[in-house]
Amino acid sequence: MPKVVSVSGNHAAAWAARTAEPAVIAAYPITPQTTIVEKIADFVEGGELSSQYVRVESEHSAMAACIGASALGLRTFTATSSHGLALMHEMLHWAGRARLPIVMPVVNRAMGPPWNIWTDHTDSMSQRDTGWIQFYASNNQEVYDTVLMLFRLSEDPKVLLPSMVCLDAFILSHTFTPTTVYEHKEIRDFLPDYKAGHWKLDPKDPMATGNIAGPEYYYELSYAIHEGFEAARKLIPRVVREFEKHFGRSHGGFIDTSRCEDAEVILWAMGTMGEEATLAVENLRQQGIAAGSARLRVFRPFPVEQIQKLASKAKAFVVVDRSLSYGHTGGQATEIRSALYRGNNRIPVQGVVAGLGGRDVTQTDLEKLIQVGFDVADKGEAGPEIFYGLKR
Amino acid sequence: MKLFEIRFHGRGGQGGVTGAKILARAAELEDKFFQAFAHYGAERRGAPVMAFTRIDNKPIRIHSYIYQPEAIVIFDETLLEIPSIQDGLREDTFVVVNTPRAPKDIKLKVKAKVSTVDATKIALDAGIVVAGIPVVNTIMLGAVARATNIVKIENVKQAIQKGLAGLPDKVIKTNVEAAQRAYDALVKGY
Repeated sequence: MPKVVSVSGNHAAAWAARTAEPAVIAAYPITPQTTIVEKIADFVEGGELSSQYVRVESEHSAMAACIGASALGLRTFTATSSHGLALMHEMLHWAGRARLPIVMPVVNRAMGPPWNIWTDHTDSMSQRDTGWIQFYASNNQEVYDTVLMLFRLSEDPKVLLPSMVCLDAFILSHTFTPTTVYEHKEIRDFLPDYKAGHWKLDPKDPMATGNIAGPEYYYELSYAIHEGFEAARKLIPRVVREFEKHFGRSHGGFIDTSRCEDAEVILWAMGTMGEEATLAVENLRQQGIAAGSARLRVFRPFPVEQIQKLASKAKAFVVVDRSLSYGHTGGQATEIRSALYRGNNRIPVQGVVAGLGGRDVTQTDLEKLIQVGFDVADKGEAGPEIFYGLKR
Repeated sequence: MKLFEIRFHGRGGQGGVTGAKILARAAELEDKFFQAFAHYGAERRGAPVMAFTRIDNKPIRIHSYIYQPEAIVIFDETLLEIPSIQDGLREDTFVVVNTPRAPKDIKLKVKAKVSTVDATKIALDAGIVVAGIPVVNTIMLGAVARATNIVKIENVKQAIQKGLAGLPDKVIKTNVEAAQRAYDALVKGY
């Protein structure tokens, strides 16, 4: 029977690992991810999880161990954050390019210096091009559910790509809420055992991997990864539907929208800010203001068509990023503008950078930013990027 | 019900975060939704720390900090010297203070619903002391139940048992009894 536990976002991630029963887990602790690996260690030590738990000396090694295990055709899991994710960078490319379906929660934390342990999406945004599927969660239940969905998605023979679910440091990682969890046997209809197909290291059936592929092959192999993402794009709606059928919950597809059908201004945000935006929208709607919110759940594969569709009815977008590509803008704003320029609905997109390094962004802040969107809609063009709440 | 937000002010070592979590568990026993979290930063023994609990009868979608709490719980009355302790204080805010003094002697910038209990004495009498610090968290939860009626004292006591599971039975029993003592001893100024 499913049970409701009072858990932090990190413990929800650890519970999801317990439910999915990876054969191998290799992870290295880093604030604020540490309680994920601690909880998993508890589960393994207590005999509640049969995974082989590999202790390593760094995140680079953690990912290398996961790559080795996954290449053997085993379900594999790890978790990290911020500088730990950055240290993995080389191995992230390796896992993506080797088509290994590793699943990894990433606790979004600011990069140093200066040292800052609070939430910021720049860490995972910096891994955009490593060949990892990226989801962003807005509450602890979504963290748990997304891990299960990602195993299903990543391990699909047409996809075979690693995936990460990103969760906001402390706001989710260390906040306790009621969360429904399951034992492994209760989810097997939704998530069957992983059976690696063609690509598997097996002494009884030797194959070579990681050879040189010159200019005559490399491009095609890169395109094959792109095809994997396109397969994931097709499969995501089905996985979401089937998850809902099995467990009675949905957190939205690529985008979790609220009141967008007749909204003049749509505010975009990821993670917890995106969930709080729904409250801002409800409050403005009570004042007769045609606001909507769109929480981008899936960053790779990027939902171009869905974004174009939302732009076809709205007059302006306000895109609030908790990340900054220095010298340009936030990660989400860049991509949303690019998506719109491929279509005919090129409504103005106001970029906003807010909440870096854990700076609090409240419902009131989000309401103000939606109001800015109405000025943008009136003018018909967006202003320069807004660095919201910046102290000068 | 309307969203109920509680802000705990304590000092590192007094068990503020555990207190926020146990209160959330008490709300869970009443089939409520909850969040329990802390303001993470420089956690050191003795340093001022904050923890928070949100309680509602529907899923909670707010994730930012608490600025206008329904209740402020102060584990150490010397913290009242810090002006920010009173941030967001309104006339209908419950303020529960650990002090031997009477509610009328607690001077705040707004005339709020103040109640007091000598939780430190209850902790010392019961021997709830860790590393030399009287731990008042479970005791203050007994006081919060009485001051705010947000949860029933029976559920606070059951939540203490769950929240402290793993500790010796005697320690848990002592904490449960101390919470009841604070519930009975609370002096309301409203």
